[in-house]
Amino acid sequence: MEKQALKLSVNGQDFEVFINPKTLLVEVIRDHLGLTGTKRGCETVSCGACTVTVNGMAVKSCSVLAAQVEGMNIVTAEGLETDGNLSPIQKAFLDYGSYQCGFCTSGMLMSATAFLDENKNPTKQEIKESIEGNICRCTGYNSIVRAIDAVAQGKY
Amino acid sequence: MIYDFNYLKPGSLKEALSMLSEHKDECKVICGGQSLLIVMRQGMVAPEYLLDIKHVKELSYISLDAKDGLKIGAATTHRTIEKSDVIAKNYPVLVAMENKLASIQTRNWGTIGGNLAHADPAGDPAPVLISLKASIKVGSANGERTFPLDEFFVDYFATQKNDDELVLEIQVPVPEPKTGAAYQKFNLLDSDMGIVAAAASVTLNNDGTCKDARVVLGNAGPVPLRVKKAEELLTGKKYDEALFAEAGRIASEECEPVDDIHSSEAHRRHIIGVLTKRMLKKAWDLAKA
Repeated sequence: MEKQALKLSVNGQDFEVFINPKTLLVEVIRDHLGLTGTKRGCETVSCGACTVTVNGMAVKSCSVLAAQVEGMNIVTAEGLETDGNLSPIQKAFLDYGSYQCGFCTSGMLMSATAFLDENKNPTKQEIKESIEGNICRCTGYNSIVRAIDAVAQGKY
Repeated sequence: MIYDFNYLKPGSLKEALSMLSEHKDECKVICGGQSLLIVMRQGMVAPEYLLDIKHVKELSYISLDAKDGLKIGAATTHRTIEKSDVIAKNYPVLVAMENKLASIQTRNWGTIGGNLAHADPAGDPAPVLISLKASIKVGSANGERTFPLDEFFVDYFATQKNDDELVLEIQVPVPEPKTGAAYQKFNLLDSDMGIVAAAASVTLNNDGTCKDARVVLGNAGPVPLRVKKAEELLTGKKYDEALFAEAGRIASEECEPVDDIHSSEAHRRHIIGVLTKRMLKKAWDLAKA
């Protein structure tokens, strides 16, 4: 299969990659760009560990072709910090101990980021629904919800 | 592992239809790909060409007209429908259905046209849309055809759409006055597909009797299943909880559910009966209000 050149914007940086068109977004992010914060989990659109944002929307990068997001703004967990300073939701995750094994964390952070950008005064129920597409197999959901709630309440 | 394919990215609908007429059955159409990429990764689908219509702008729209009703472009995402104020106001059952369809990430990328073209009988939109008397418009380089949605599906993952045709639009008529509609799926996790599902719509006469009803089941057979015997039972009748229970009993007999790891056939039939009864009652209550 002939490789195709693809221009991608990831975390505000422009990249050009040469890929087989069947390459998934998660494969480009991890294997071509070396950004391994984004995890490969179930690869069946179920677990949410591979969640990134595309033009501000949370999507599962295991089930999006890289070729489909050409010219769109992709953000991964590595793109949340600014000049070495963690984003509010990252700080809150640290303070509230919102991870155990950590495998779901980057996906959770991306879902939470997309959610908080859209919802300034969410209810607890809305916060819970915002991570419906992200599975934490350590079942540490409560501390994750508390961290998102803390950011929503302006504590960060 | 996904097999290699040639990736086609048309810039317009016209170009998409022309590419499709050239490659026909060697070609699969991808839009959100939330279902397609899973079966491609399993090697069950291995097209020579993949036609990507995700960014064909002419296919992404929602319009509402007092005469013609609602029109949704095939490439409109589930999330756009879920967040649409005009749909929330005029077809609240569609928003409620979308809100429970898979997860936010999937709704952000997956599309209504893709969902219907995939024709998984467990899909959420079809039963609800059929209960609302929706139609589906498909088109090729040679012209367009429109089907009532309940005649569109022919078997598991199979529709009346030809290989050179694209799903273009979903059309939902303006509901008659005194109409209510409801949908519920039965599942263990909110973001799962339904083990079974039931949609109902009820339209009342001025004297409060049932003018017209629809009962449509999800994941209860090879296609989204209309239970016409139950619909006929309700027509002309007054509000009666025993009637809803009887309609539920008919639905549980008429359906053809599978027996699999998620649930036995007997359990599915039982749940279908319960859901049908509840959805008819809910739709009727909404029609009265």
